[in-house]
Amino acid sequence: MLKSDHQPHLATGVAASTHATSVKGAVAARRVRADDVPQVFALDERVTGVAKPDYWQDIFERYGKHRLNERFFLVAESVETEIRPRILGFIIGELRAWEFGSEPCGWVFALSVDPRTRLLGVGQALFDAISVEFKNAGVAKMRTMVARDNRLHLMFFRSEGMMAGPYIQLEKEFD
Amino acid sequence: MKLQVSSRLAVFALLALAADPERQLSVAEICDKYGISGHHLAKVMHMLGRAGLVQSVRGARGGYQFSGNARRMTLLDVIQLFEKLGSGHNRLEAGDRTNEGRALREIVDEIDDIVCATLGSITIGTMLKLVSRRRAPPAGAPSPPPHKYR
Repeated sequence: MLKSDHQPHLATGVAASTHATSVKGAVAARRVRADDVPQVFALDERVTGVAKPDYWQDIFERYGKHRLNERFFLVAESVETEIRPRILGFIIGELRAWEFGSEPCGWVFALSVDPRTRLLGVGQALFDAISVEFKNAGVAKMRTMVARDNRLHLMFFRSEGMMAGPYIQLEKEFD
Repeated sequence: MKLQVSSRLAVFALLALAADPERQLSVAEICDKYGISGHHLAKVMHMLGRAGLVQSVRGARGGYQFSGNARRMTLLDVIQLFEKLGSGHNRLEAGDRTNEGRALREIVDEIDDIVCATLGSITIGTMLKLVSRRRAPPAGAPSPPPHKYR
């Protein structure tokens, strides 16, 4: 479930590749590195108010180091060297196939942008970067899931051209 | 779901104005674009003006100008000026106090909440992007006649 709080915006798109850094405008998106994890953890804690160091270490192990042809943990960093912290946001997604009867597609399950760095094109740069990764991996569709009351995320993804899909999320509480 | 005519006219008018925020459009010009009634649209424009979404411009070349933020103004913001949406606005009806009524109310409320979430997630800016993706028919192809709303 997406947790971050950021504003949708017109932005510069960048493409992240496995090795090189693509730069356009003030923000560059690239693959996460081990030394990014403390900043990713700090950003998530700042946005969500919940510290999850073990979770983020596990996420980095799974999405930052293994099966990199189908898992994408991208970070956005400022190209302005004097700006700190360096990591302005991140997006995480992966290829999933045949779940719920769906053909292979890209799923975005985490997106976070530092609220202090809005209007720099961070969200769109990350979205564009992971879109390129998904396309290069051979899928034709990307999906995500957003809480009904998370209007900022809903507005952002809608502004990027995402529409409601053919699935309905159902749930049940146990007594 | 079916939107009230006023809501549709309001969305159409805002899309026409927000497409070029520097430009002023008269009620007549907006009516011509959509093939709609000027009398009804005038009332809608007055409501939009009171809500601060458009600005009335006086003078020989006057009209209306978009004065909102297309990247923040949602369809829900606009439509709620003209009709009540959402499960919180549903009044009690016959049978609602029964178990069957409560079960049905839960389903209807779920639908209402999804409607509000959808309309609340689409900004005027996003709508303009959706509009631009719809290509005009090729030259020479007949266009359907505009509908007249009363």
